[in-house]
Amino acid sequence: MALIETKDLEKTFEDEGVITPALQGITFNVEKGEFVAIMGPSGSGKSTMLQILGFLDRQTKGTYKFAGREMDDFSEDELAHTRNKKMGFIFQSFNLLPRTSVFENVRLPLIYSNVPESKWKSQTEKAIQAVGLFHRMNHESSQLSGGEKQRVAIARALVNKPEIIFADEPTGNLDTKSGQAIMEILHNMHEKEKITILLITHETYTAEHAERIIKLRDGKIETDSKVANRHGAKDFLK
Amino acid sequence: MKTKHLIKIAFSGLTGNKRRAALTILGIVIGITAIMLIMSLGQGAQNLILSQVQNMGAKIIIVQPGRQPSGPSDIAQSMSDSLKEKDLIALQKKSNVPTLAKIEALNVGGATASYENETYRMSIFGASELLQKIYNVQLTEGRFITDDDVKNRADVVVIGSKIKQELFGESDAVGEKIKIKSRNFRVVGIVKKGQSGFVNFDEAAIVPYTTSQQYIFGIKHFHHLLIEATSEDVVEQTLQDVQITLRNSHGITDPEKDDFYATTSESAIDQINTITTILTLFLVSVAAISLVVGGIGIMNIMLVSVAERTREIGLRKALGATSMNILLQFLAESIMLTAIGGAVGIFLGSSISFLTTIILTQFLGLDWPFSFPLSAALIGLAVAAFVGLVFGIYPAKQAAKKSPIEALRYE
Repeated sequence: MALIETKDLEKTFEDEGVITPALQGITFNVEKGEFVAIMGPSGSGKSTMLQILGFLDRQTKGTYKFAGREMDDFSEDELAHTRNKKMGFIFQSFNLLPRTSVFENVRLPLIYSNVPESKWKSQTEKAIQAVGLFHRMNHESSQLSGGEKQRVAIARALVNKPEIIFADEPTGNLDTKSGQAIMEILHNMHEKEKITILLITHETYTAEHAERIIKLRDGKIETDSKVANRHGAKDFLK
Repeated sequence: MKTKHLIKIAFSGLTGNKRRAALTILGIVIGITAIMLIMSLGQGAQNLILSQVQNMGAKIIIVQPGRQPSGPSDIAQSMSDSLKEKDLIALQKKSNVPTLAKIEALNVGGATASYENETYRMSIFGASELLQKIYNVQLTEGRFITDDDVKNRADVVVIGSKIKQELFGESDAVGEKIKIKSRNFRVVGIVKKGQSGFVNFDEAAIVPYTTSQQYIFGIKHFHHLLIEATSEDVVEQTLQDVQITLRNSHGITDPEKDDFYATTSESAIDQINTITTILTLFLVSVAAISLVVGGIGIMNIMLVSVAERTREIGLRKALGATSMNILLQFLAESIMLTAIGGAVGIFLGSSISFLTTIILTQFLGLDWPFSFPLSAALIGLAVAAFVGLVFGIYPAKQAAKKSPIEALRYE
């Protein structure tokens, strides 16, 4: 069973009577443990698609099954619980809480979870350790560099041990070096923890960390292909 | 989500913009301060008056001329001259009021007294022994007016400490003669300083009522009759007998047309309680208006805050917060805001009340007791939190309604 199954997924936006189609019939599957990059020019619908797949928005037409269950069958609260337990999000603009420590930012999803409070500290510290920010744990988010902020966001996405991570241009606001470091972390997560990753990017170099690249254009899938020359995790070890 | 974390999140939301939070709760602070102040001072005043009345003793009945005032237009009635010598005689008859232990008349007015070159304007009480009992008047020197003084229309006077000071300074007063209405009165006693409250005895001179009627006021009626019952158990019975006797004496058949009114200290306490309670409630309801205004301010600022933190709301929802989590977060913030405002108001209100008490006691010589109405404090806190709840619901609903996508996209 695929983790993500979509069939003829459509999404239209309506603004003051003007109807804009964003997705026009998307059909594809993502297996558990896959690392998929989604590419396409702006306005091609990649963010819209990621938001629907990440239970942040609902489709207009078509079906979307997450782990075998149709999204339409989920109540709003069930969507929230699923986002909390099974999904992790990484945004281009980090979206950390201001005036809040790294530790508290990473811990945030646990507050809304049913994980017993006794495990919060160890789980949070483990996630921070995994992105190499243990020494910055008590710093405020505003004291961090862009790359560090995104690493905090990754730790936050990982803290609840999700099945899938949705990353929307995670390197978009970072310089090349920090961007590479972020990709290195994601790559390692995928290799070690077998986490499914869905990554939006417009850089081919970044996309080539994935095993598979889906290219969107005008709300439709243009190509869906395996990556031939994938950057290996070992590349970073050099 | 646990309440503990809800409170933590709400608190960090508030501390994010401390100055705004402080300004926002100002309305609530003022409202609760006013309510606290009114209730504290109101209770202090009530306690003060009640302690005065209670000092009168439970066995005492006071009869005054005129109808019991039921409104401002009735005040003039109390100046009536319906209580006369014949009433006093009628009431003294055992057959009329068998449970009467003692009856005395009291006349009140003002006059100027002089001693050598000093003059002083003071209150005159035409009274008798019973006055001392009723108001618990204590003397530093000499004696009080006696029944014999009353009988003999003696020219004797008991003076207050202030008068003694003004007229005699440090020299002895007892035995000296002062002039009131060009008549010489021998000073027989001096009242202890600070005997104030209902009646300021510091500036009063007490003479036998018979003397005051004839030589000072030139009247034949009485301003008050003070009656003592034989025991506390028969006060009600005595009161009824007094009323019947006076009605007979005045030829009144319809109690509605009484030209006097008689009260016991108990009914006076009831009246005072009613009046002060109504007054306090009235003032509190005026102050409550400021709470409503403050609440609207809270709602306004919470709406601004919700709009400003749209991204935060979106993020929290993306990370798994349900709409209810978000609703409770913002509701907790507004309740916390108003509860803090309430606590500050309670502190300010009681502090100001305490200072007022000190001023009243120190500078006006009133024996005004400070009172911290715990019930008012708790009610104030509850009301403040309730205001937060009522005016916080709408903004909190707006926050909970936001879709995570719209919210995350918001710049």
